[in-house]
Amino acid sequence: MDETTVLIVWVILLPFVGAMVAFILGPRKAPIVTIITSYCIISVVAALTWQVWKYGPQRHDVGGWVAPLGIALYADGLTVLMLIMSIVVGTLVSVYALGYFTDSSISSETGKANHRSKSSFFWVLWLFLWAALNALFLSQDIFNIYITLELLTLAAVALITLEGESEAITAAIRYLLTSLVGAALFLFGVAILYANFGTLELEGLGELVQTGSLSVVAIALITMGLLLKTALFPMHFWLPPAHSNALTPVSSLLSALVIKGSFYVLLRLWFQVFPLEVTMVAGHLIGCLAAAAILWGSLAAMCQKRLKILVAYSTVAQVGYLFLLFPLAAKETHGLGAWNGAIYQTISHACAKAAMFMVVGNIIRAIGHDRIKDMKGVCQQLPVSMFAFALAGLTIMGMPPSGGFAAKWMLITTSIQSGQWWWAVILLAGGLLAAGYIFSVLKYAFIKTEIVNVPLRPVPRCMEWAPLILSLLALLIGFTPMPLDLLRIGNPFPDAVTMEVVK
Amino acid sequence: MNLESYFPLLVLLTSLLTGISIFFLDEKRSALRILLNISGSAAMFAFVIFMLWGVFHGHNYETRWSLLPGINIALRADSMAILFATLSAFLWLITSIYAIGYLEITPHRNRFFGFFSLSVSATMGIALANNLFTFFIFYEILTLTTYPLVVHQGTEKALRAGRIYIMYTFCGGAVLLIGIVWLYTLTGPFDFVEGGALRRFGEERRVALVVIFFLMILGVGVKSALVPLHGWLPTAMIAPAPVSALLHAVAVVKAGAFGIVRIVYDVYGIRFAEELNVLGPLAVLASVTIIYGSCRALYQVNLKRLLAFSTISQVSYIALGVAIVGPLATTGGLVHLIHQGIMKITLFFCAGNLSKTLHIHDINQMNGVAWRMPLTMTAFTITSLGMIGVPPLAGFVTKWYLGIGAVQANQQWVIAVLAVSSLLNAIYFLPIIYVSWFKKYEENQPEEHISGKLETRWTLLLPPLITAFLSLAAGLLAASNLSPLGWAKLIVRREYLP
Repeated sequence: MDETTVLIVWVILLPFVGAMVAFILGPRKAPIVTIITSYCIISVVAALTWQVWKYGPQRHDVGGWVAPLGIALYADGLTVLMLIMSIVVGTLVSVYALGYFTDSSISSETGKANHRSKSSFFWVLWLFLWAALNALFLSQDIFNIYITLELLTLAAVALITLEGESEAITAAIRYLLTSLVGAALFLFGVAILYANFGTLELEGLGELVQTGSLSVVAIALITMGLLLKTALFPMHFWLPPAHSNALTPVSSLLSALVIKGSFYVLLRLWFQVFPLEVTMVAGHLIGCLAAAAILWGSLAAMCQKRLKILVAYSTVAQVGYLFLLFPLAAKETHGLGAWNGAIYQTISHACAKAAMFMVVGNIIRAIGHDRIKDMKGVCQQLPVSMFAFALAGLTIMGMPPSGGFAAKWMLITTSIQSGQWWWAVILLAGGLLAAGYIFSVLKYAFIKTEIVNVPLRPVPRCMEWAPLILSLLALLIGFTPMPLDLLRIGNPFPDAVTMEVVK
Repeated sequence: MNLESYFPLLVLLTSLLTGISIFFLDEKRSALRILLNISGSAAMFAFVIFMLWGVFHGHNYETRWSLLPGINIALRADSMAILFATLSAFLWLITSIYAIGYLEITPHRNRFFGFFSLSVSATMGIALANNLFTFFIFYEILTLTTYPLVVHQGTEKALRAGRIYIMYTFCGGAVLLIGIVWLYTLTGPFDFVEGGALRRFGEERRVALVVIFFLMILGVGVKSALVPLHGWLPTAMIAPAPVSALLHAVAVVKAGAFGIVRIVYDVYGIRFAEELNVLGPLAVLASVTIIYGSCRALYQVNLKRLLAFSTISQVSYIALGVAIVGPLATTGGLVHLIHQGIMKITLFFCAGNLSKTLHIHDINQMNGVAWRMPLTMTAFTITSLGMIGVPPLAGFVTKWYLGIGAVQANQQWVIAVLAVSSLLNAIYFLPIIYVSWFKKYEENQPEEHISGKLETRWTLLLPPLITAFLSLAAGLLAASNLSPLGWAKLIVRREYLP
């Protein structure tokens, strides 16, 4: 076994080991363990990125067992980008959580003990979730994908329940049940595929799967399952309560990373395994749901009276943008533009949405609630947080200069190129609606109040700067084509017409 | 690496860094803030003048980097860009001085001056943008950075104005984006070319190109307040006077007008646009706006609202000049970019002085006010006469060139529009001049106490005097090479020759 491929295994093992060590060492040491683990993951992923960059997609059969028996891991440009995305968001969420879980204002002993146990479980579960996520991104066979998806869900559900209030528990259980239904559908589809084609490995499946009534059923089941987990309209009902009732760092992780996991699986299957004839028709169906998600999510966000649930509904809308990829890429020649656009959207949304939830967390920390209309005079005293919110809002609205704008530019270009201009209209309408709800919050930064100094609880500095860095990153993605170069490695559109050729 | 390729970026960064460093200042350190502001704007003015000199002698300043494959951010100082950039840089300097005086001891000055600098950056980006993509990026940034200025006062009214402003401009931006993306999918990415970039591309897509033209004009038309897209502008008057001055003379409205100029000349090319028959409707739209704005101005009681409607009318002279084919009309339109800027900013400065010093907001309060504030009202009088088009002031030069340009292009009806508009301008400006000079001053308004001999703070007085003097000079010295007219002629030579 040569060392080039061993790296891949470590990407998964490290957070697992970290989680166990953190659990054993207890609540006091857990944050340090997490930070050390993040450092290790960063260096391993950096090395892996370099390998992919230099030598193209990497593949590794764990323990030397070849498929169909063994477990295959695979990393191409997309995988590496997703790994980097989870590192960036994860590390900054960890930094944020450092401040979040050191609340000096809790006085009672039971309160402190309660807080400490929450904190220790958070670190362990978060590392566990990270491991599941990395494993998901690297899996190359459909059964492992199922397992990692389940691990991801379990970790996420456990994290939501940390909050402890009955609302959070209800939301978590609803999320769990929905996810289980999704998983069952997915597994059923996988079983059909395996029964018919005798392999679970993605590459092999891609060659074997043909259009037929059974494979259509399998594809429909798998897709339904994943749409449930990714919360595409109208299967989004579980998302707003789950994301808005969790602890702030958890909300950030859920909205930024967890839903991207199931979306990633869908991407892999859809463009590498499923035959084109099926995806063409189904792609347009998904497109309609995506359009509804964008419009409904944004409108619902506009009507919210509490900030955190507003941000959660914004996620429902933003998920819609991701799924516009499917109708746009249905015409093979224009696939690459849509593909790039959707991945850009995935990454920049991850950074921006995590930042937004953090800012909401800061406001709750400072004044104890998140009722939008009572936020007068608060924003002036949290300028860094508000600035972070505004910058993240740029990406969410798709305003230049930001990653969200780059994504939108590519998606609109593709939709006009492929003659499907109505998606462009949906994209722009979504941006305008997003402006509606973002500015309905931002205006409080400018509103004049008689109360000059609202008494605030102090917000630790790391909690203010982590969202700012994230939102700046979401902005900076829009300034460089670097991710695109990485994304080209192993993309499923080898013969696609790229922009340069047009030029 | 040659330094010249960094110059446009450097100009942008000057105000960007000024803005960002102001955000990090302590609110109380006003001396340092003033120093930063003035030195930043002075440095930018110096850079722009340097580039002006270079462009005159044929140097090429271009910054470019890739955002997406094939899609570049390109900033280039061509003669057209320099025209707008000089105006912006100069008026930023002047308005900074004014704003320092105007906003003395008010809250949130960091926020104000920070966003003020940022919006100047965005304006510079619009001026220097060398392709539609870059133009669009800065066009949207301008919206975002001017929003905090519009809602600066934080009252319910200001927030409402901000909401309307955002709604109009974002919708305009979305339409513009569709137009640009559509055009790019037909032609591939391209840069602005003097004489028109689209000449090189096929003629077979005529219908699409016409539709795209109007989409883009609609998009920029929102900011340049073409009727019926002007609704945001009068409500945005709620902003402090320096903001109104900036919005009307340099940044927002002018950015829209400049967009029209770029689209017609450097994207389509005047000849190609003429072939496509798109200029006729544009000319009609501009004329309607000119007349409509003036008519609405007649009925205004509030001085700033009157000036707002006057802006709607005056800015469309630029669009009108652009829409008439022929070097003379083009010259008239381009030179009005400058002339309207310096004249309108003077008027807003004066209105600001009246409201700041004497708390006068309405015209019926202005009886005899000229004897209380002679210098301010002299500046006001000169520039409003200029607006009417009295020779030898700047506004006359514009109207003269537009008029003979229309005759040259065989479109005599434009003369009628100009005549009616001048008449209407006279009807709403002359009474103001009359009551302020010839009625008796009533000293019952509460005055702000100003120490010293001057009628108001010198920081409020100096800027309008300078700009009023310039609008006089721009008319008197129009024949000189260095006047706005001289530069507009240079641009026209470069646009029509190729």
